[in-house]
Amino acid sequence: MPALQRMLDPTPSGPHSGESPLLRTVGLTKRYGDFLANDSIDIDVWPKEIHALLGENGAGKSTLVKAIYGLIQPSAGEIRWQGERIVLSGPAEARSRGIGMVFQHFSLFDNLTVAENVALGLDGKESFKDMSARLEQVSKTYGLPLDPKREVWQLSVGERQRIEIVRALMQDPKFLILDEPTAVLTPQEADQLFVVLERLKAEGRAILYISHKLEEVKRLCDTATILRGGRKIQTCNPRLETAASLARMMVGGEIKEVKPAAGRKTTIPRLVVNDLTLAPDEAHGVRLAHISFELKGGEILGIAGVAGNGQDELFAALSGERLSKDPGTIVIEGVAAGHLSITKRRKLGAAFVPEERLGHGTAPRMKLSENALLTGHAASGMVNHGFIDTAATLKTVDKATETFDVRKAKRDPEAASLSGGNLQKFIVGREILRNPAVLVVSQPTWGVDAGAAAVIRQALLDLATAGAAVLVTSQDLDELAEIADRIAVMFHGRLSAPLEASEATREKLGLLMGGSSLEPKEAAHAVGA
Amino acid sequence: MQLVLEKRTERSNTIALVSPLIAIGLTIVTMTILFAILGKNPLLALHAYFIAPLTDGYSLQEIAVKATPLVMIAIGLALCYLANAWNIGAEGQFLIGAVAGSWIAVKTQGTDAGAWVLPAMLVLAAAAGALYALIPAICKVKFGASEILTSLMLVYVADLLLDYLVRGPWRDPNGFNFPTTAEFDPVATVPLLIEGGRLHLGSIIALLVVAAAAILLGRTIKGFEIRVVGAAPRAARFGGFNANQLVILTFAVSGALAGLAGIIEVAGPVGHLQPGISPGYGFTAIIVAFLGRLNPLGILIAGLFLALTFIGGEQAQIAMKIPLDVTKVFQGILLFYVLACDSLILYRFKLVLANRQVTRGAG
Repeated sequence: MPALQRMLDPTPSGPHSGESPLLRTVGLTKRYGDFLANDSIDIDVWPKEIHALLGENGAGKSTLVKAIYGLIQPSAGEIRWQGERIVLSGPAEARSRGIGMVFQHFSLFDNLTVAENVALGLDGKESFKDMSARLEQVSKTYGLPLDPKREVWQLSVGERQRIEIVRALMQDPKFLILDEPTAVLTPQEADQLFVVLERLKAEGRAILYISHKLEEVKRLCDTATILRGGRKIQTCNPRLETAASLARMMVGGEIKEVKPAAGRKTTIPRLVVNDLTLAPDEAHGVRLAHISFELKGGEILGIAGVAGNGQDELFAALSGERLSKDPGTIVIEGVAAGHLSITKRRKLGAAFVPEERLGHGTAPRMKLSENALLTGHAASGMVNHGFIDTAATLKTVDKATETFDVRKAKRDPEAASLSGGNLQKFIVGREILRNPAVLVVSQPTWGVDAGAAAVIRQALLDLATAGAAVLVTSQDLDELAEIADRIAVMFHGRLSAPLEASEATREKLGLLMGGSSLEPKEAAHAVGA
Repeated sequence: MQLVLEKRTERSNTIALVSPLIAIGLTIVTMTILFAILGKNPLLALHAYFIAPLTDGYSLQEIAVKATPLVMIAIGLALCYLANAWNIGAEGQFLIGAVAGSWIAVKTQGTDAGAWVLPAMLVLAAAAGALYALIPAICKVKFGASEILTSLMLVYVADLLLDYLVRGPWRDPNGFNFPTTAEFDPVATVPLLIEGGRLHLGSIIALLVVAAAAILLGRTIKGFEIRVVGAAPRAARFGGFNANQLVILTFAVSGALAGLAGIIEVAGPVGHLQPGISPGYGFTAIIVAFLGRLNPLGILIAGLFLALTFIGGEQAQIAMKIPLDVTKVFQGILLFYVLACDSLILYRFKLVLANRQVTRGAG
């Protein structure tokens, strides 16, 4: 059993023997209350190594790197930097020792220029002019083009990430941590990033690369440490593993295959959007422009795109959280609904699952039964003459629990006490139990463990098979490939003409996500045809 | 060793119930120290505050009479606060209700108007209180003005209006120039429950308001809307609830209840309109609302407790020459502790042995 042998010998020997690792954690443990986020983790990262930190959401990846970057203090264990034990007082000390980090969520000020943002993040005392010159030089050297004078709000997500990377590189780090850097990039942008990372490696730096994308890790990384439930499962060479074996280590078992929809029949159009144009309601929001598509019963339409290209605005327009002046722009079940409230749209048979589970999809500090009422009050017989039928709300909770395997500590806990995956199963279940004619879902499996993700994707397929029209917005191209019949791409508030799933290659989608070869005229007329 | 506040996974219902009691306990400890500093015997002072008023029938009735406006106003405020609408101006709505209701009493004075007078006064007072509360509500919804400031400022407008009326057009011609209206006619007076006592019909109305609020919040979709809008505004919008409508609604209800409390106070225990009809009921009710956990039943208990401090404060002043303002100090300290103890509902204390060096399992 090779896996067992590898476990007995946790330190990969070979090229590194004799030297000492750049960074080593010994028994690193972080405890939050009763919860062990990191349980005695040992990792070694060597110079000239791209080291992947693989794991599902909640496996403890972020906690580990936050401890290494000095953002949190470990409860136990130690960090050794170049062989010497260190206790970091904070990120500033980490940076001064040569540890840099690029976060998944950027910390940039929209209304400031690139150079101003970089200046705010640097600890040094150099003048703004010198700093700007150095910024240009670093960005040129590494092939990360940036205009220091542009304001951040004008930049794409990929460009914003470049600012973060350049800012980290300007400190000349020996050790760079990247937290899910490709989550917000198009496939082509990801390829460009990999070139930069290879170059940093060649310069002798070490990179700790957090990801849950297996193919990417196999391609880029020399070493991978797999975390699960706060523990280190194994350190291995990802190139010698298959994606399936890596996934098994991450998940701790086989993942249920999602059954593709065989013989699904499309019926009448249930959701039609006609030339929807909507101005943003907040500064730097995205303007929706001339969006048109038609979605039939039995069909799943996927909407791909880099975050921040109008997906949130489209969801708000479809759900009725934002109203359109022209009723005909959105037609649900044959009824012009652009001007109707979300409650009236639900009564027409539409259901919605927003991206944000806590605070948008549910009220975090309210019970599940109350959260069932939140979207069920309009059309599910939960309200009689203004009075709440508590038994009916509890029944929805029980049914969702049973049908979608929602795991919780008691019958009716607060929404916030559920794990991300279980809460998402509840939210999707709550909507599906209403037998919607149209389901609009945003990021259905974002931050959800693989087991729950499979349950949710299967539920969406089953709903479509039963005749509903399903619209799925996702940044996860693999997810869309798995469940969608057609895939369209959002870019700068416009929607491309949908591609048949069989023709929607990563390359084509990547080009559309980057804004190339977009033909709005064709998209606008697709419905009329 | 280190004491840290740690977030609980789920809110603690036990603490939610116990926290007001902890707050009262801490307040009493603080007051004991304060009495000692003032050179008074703390035990005697506490006895005068909390025990003496409970020992005779007259004081007990007086507690219920004082609790009546506190509870009615606090119920309305709780609806506002649950919906994240911060009505601080209940005192003004109370005064406007008193003024509007008194208008009928003054105009019908000495005529042979029948039994319709008192009901009409109650309705008009509630309507006037609601309209007065709608001013800050509409300013918030339409222009984004802070309702905290506008509602508070309107208190002084109401106060001066009342002052003008009783010193000017409505002054009792036979009142020796005192700033007051004439005593209201019997048809314009809230009937007593016990002949020769102090307890009046207003206390029954307050109990009905408590019951109605309990049903509204616990059983109806409207009550659910109010709670969701306050607890999770974005989720409420996703649920199809309109936060602006609820700001208007809760302000109107809260203003109506405050106005009703105002006319009941004037047409009941006071018997005529004069300045100083309120010892700050509208402000003390804010404490009552929070001490009662924004829960109708809790507000009933908290209202009785705060009424006790008013009566006790008077007794302490008479018996021990403790300034009446000490009552306000007491109420302020109480609100402070209530809000502080509330953090224990979502957090708990944990003792952490020295950091970093500990072995696993101690963190």
